[in-house]
Amino acid sequence: MDSIIPQLLTGLAGASSLFLVASGLTIIFGVTRIVNFSHGSLMMLGAYIGWSILTRLPREPEWFVLGIIATVLATAVIGVLLEVVVLRRVYRAPELFQLLATFGVVLILQDVTLWIWGPVELPLSRPRWLRTAFDVAGSRLPMADLILIIVGPVVLGLLWLVMNRTRWGTLVRAATLDREMVAALGVDQRLLFTSVFALGAGLAGFGGALSLMSASANLHIDLAVITDAFVVVVVGGLGSLTGAFAASLLIGILQAFGIVLIPKSTLVLVFLVMAVVLVFRPNGLMGRPQADAREALVAAPVVRPAPRELRLLSLATLLLAIVAPFFVGDYYLTVLTDACVAVIFATSLHFMMGPGGMASFGHAAWFGIGAYAAGLLMQWIGAPMPIGLLAAPIAAGIVAALFGWFVVRLSGVYLSMLTLAFAQIVWAICFQWVELTGGDNGMLGLVRPEWARDERVFYWVALALTVAVALLLRRALYAPYGYALRAVRDSATRARAIGLNVGWLRMAAIVIAGAACGLSGALFSYGKGSIFPTYITISHSVEALLMVLLGGLQTIAGPIIGALVYTGLADILMRSTDLWRLVLGAVIVLLVVAFPEGIAGAARRLWLRGREA
Amino acid sequence: MSVLVVQGLSKSFGGVQAVGDVSFAVAPGEMLALIGPNGAGKSTCFNMVGGQMPPDAGSVVLDGKPITGLGPRAISRHGVGRTFQITATFGSMTVRENVQMALLSHRGKIWQFWRPVAGRYADEADALLAQVGLEAQADRATGVLAYGDLKRLELAIALGNAPRLLLMDEPTAGMAPAERVGLMQLTRKLATERGVAVLFTEHDMDVVFDVSDRILVLNRGTLIAEGDGASIRTNPAVREIYLGTGATSGGH
Ligand SMILES: Nc1ncnc2c1ncn2[C@@H]1O[C@H](COP(=O)(O)OP(=O)(O)OP(=O)(O)O)[C@@H](O)[C@H]1O
Ligand SMILES: [Mg+2]
Repeated sequence: MDSIIPQLLTGLAGASSLFLVASGLTIIFGVTRIVNFSHGSLMMLGAYIGWSILTRLPREPEWFVLGIIATVLATAVIGVLLEVVVLRRVYRAPELFQLLATFGVVLILQDVTLWIWGPVELPLSRPRWLRTAFDVAGSRLPMADLILIIVGPVVLGLLWLVMNRTRWGTLVRAATLDREMVAALGVDQRLLFTSVFALGAGLAGFGGALSLMSASANLHIDLAVITDAFVVVVVGGLGSLTGAFAASLLIGILQAFGIVLIPKSTLVLVFLVMAVVLVFRPNGLMGRPQADAREALVAAPVVRPAPRELRLLSLATLLLAIVAPFFVGDYYLTVLTDACVAVIFATSLHFMMGPGGMASFGHAAWFGIGAYAAGLLMQWIGAPMPIGLLAAPIAAGIVAALFGWFVVRLSGVYLSMLTLAFAQIVWAICFQWVELTGGDNGMLGLVRPEWARDERVFYWVALALTVAVALLLRRALYAPYGYALRAVRDSATRARAIGLNVGWLRMAAIVIAGAACGLSGALFSYGKGSIFPTYITISHSVEALLMVLLGGLQTIAGPIIGALVYTGLADILMRSTDLWRLVLGAVIVLLVVAFPEGIAGAARRLWLRGREA
Repeated sequence: MSVLVVQGLSKSFGGVQAVGDVSFAVAPGEMLALIGPNGAGKSTCFNMVGGQMPPDAGSVVLDGKPITGLGPRAISRHGVGRTFQITATFGSMTVRENVQMALLSHRGKIWQFWRPVAGRYADEADALLAQVGLEAQADRATGVLAYGDLKRLELAIALGNAPRLLLMDEPTAGMAPAERVGLMQLTRKLATERGVAVLFTEHDMDVVFDVSDRILVLNRGTLIAEGDGASIRTNPAVREIYLGTGATSGGH
């Protein structure tokens, strides 16, 4: 086959750029145990800063190298700032809140970048020396690829030297193995963490600057890169540098060949690899089992029935919600309908994530499956809305059951990453299978029956379903099943010892959460009249996480409050300022720093102050 | 007939033998103490009997039925209750709810999605809590209990499935000496009254000699002595280990 060599070379170049980002991410995780969502943003900044520097320099190779070095230093400084200003304050917070905080940083940096550099893509006009190509085994190897192919192993080698030949590196390795031990040795942890962040950020900036050789600086780099980097880090094993390198090679080459062999399925392929690796090696290729230390650190508070005051408040809110259509205009009516959808979306995630202890990063998958199930049924057999609303949770529940078989064995970050991977697969299918789903153009013309065509009536339908779902889920959580689910989360060892079936209990939670979420997807689609693959994006999944974490994991009212606050906040922000991401991100970061237990959790703590022994 | 018969139980971790060829039996109503210095392999024995770890070799027979290599869930269904060296309880529940969970599970009422847990088997749970002296704490959050009280709670949970065999791994760690004797005498009473076989380990030798019917001594994974309190006390091999390490009470 002619195309083996060029594809291999392209794959190697791709692997190197993956490794530059993933290595920083994995080192930072190893030492600080923070899954840094904003790592992709650092690479994006690297690209933009690199563009600003390189376009101002002479075009000779030596100036290019200098410009790259300056970029690396600049992003390292930004990394230090980030660590000192934000992350240092959340090291003690639960894993998910750290993640939320770093996602807040993603939002902030998106707007900052947009504000500084504007919305237009910025390509680097490449100097002549960079446009040359070499002849390798009869095929053309561009200079940019050659540089990348060399840079990857060189960086790995340098990192290896630093890790194995310097005192600092020894500390980093020790901290990766056992954080408590390093603390006990009397090492200045702050300095260690800050310097690790500087290194990781510098590597990301390096990757960003080098990406200018073949692509332009744009505002989509952050999320696109972070997904790939997550996959690489997870496949390689969290915290393992050599694992990250091996995984980069695997995925880089797979992507390069995938494009040629089955052009439409690269995304699916990559995430499929991740799923397969995790099923057979739950800690990645070279990772070691994660200690459950954090679990013991934060004992969840006791769940008590809501106080009477809260019930009265809920009732008042519900009454208000019922009569609202008589007072608000069309615009707010759609916001209210969206809020209903958001409440189901968030409560269903909370079900598996709070009591179930399984944090899903791909909750939007069920949302999308529910939506497309309703849409396809209408297309194929003209199924009316009630059938669609019934079929959506069933379809999502069935797929959740199949998927659950893979994930119930995993825990912690790996579980989160597999859910993310699965959502990306679903997204890729919906996006790429144009004949079935209409692809990017979406599926239009999802009509409501005559009786529900009025926005007010549809709102009431949505409200009724929302209340029903929320009450049913709540009921289940107070019933033996819900307690058993919580028991499994609190102590799987004890749960097994009293005869609970850990796997099936978690599986049921995934199915219930998936089904409920599927309903919200269908509801949303009937509200808008159309279905798009964007329903399944990472951002949408993260929205669900935001709602749940904003409201707080430990109370049943939490996700509801979170969904309402988030919907309201997003609406107000989007209409009042262009910099809404910046404000939202800042709010998230502040909330995480100030109330690591969420809004409802904080309210509960204040309420209970002095009332609980 | 013995409730538990263990034969030739062995387990290695990465080539290091933690337990080698251990055999013993426990009769109904009998309190069998398994003692030995830190790292002797006591917890590993408990974990192989309780199903937390599969043995490399050997057999475990409960009431005449082989349970070797079954998981903890199946073994619990066969009537084995246990406590852990590092307490394992449900931190997000009250003390009473912890016991209610054991009772609900024992009666096969877990897969219910409608009727709330509150109040179910509450009297029974309170009775179990009263037995271990925790009745006053029934409504408290488990997370705020003192360590000794957590150990008591574990015992109450373990009694939830009306066990034929109780496995107690250092049940009195973290308690004051007087409390230890109290709790183990309570266990003694339960064993005698209900004919429950008890296998326990304990670092406080006063407690061991006081409540056990028989003592097994484990050192580096193998049994080196077996007998009643008097014979163990005077056994030269045992004295060697214990005087050698100087540990006669409270390893942790
Ligand atoms: N999961 C495991 N993996 C590797 N080694 C283990 C594991 N569990 C126990 N060991 C080793 O097996 C040996 C026996 O351990 P075990 O916990 O059974 O001792 P023990 O008698 O209960 O000690 P202690 O009195 O400290 O509780 C020890 O050397 C221990 O390090
Ligand atoms: Mg032990």
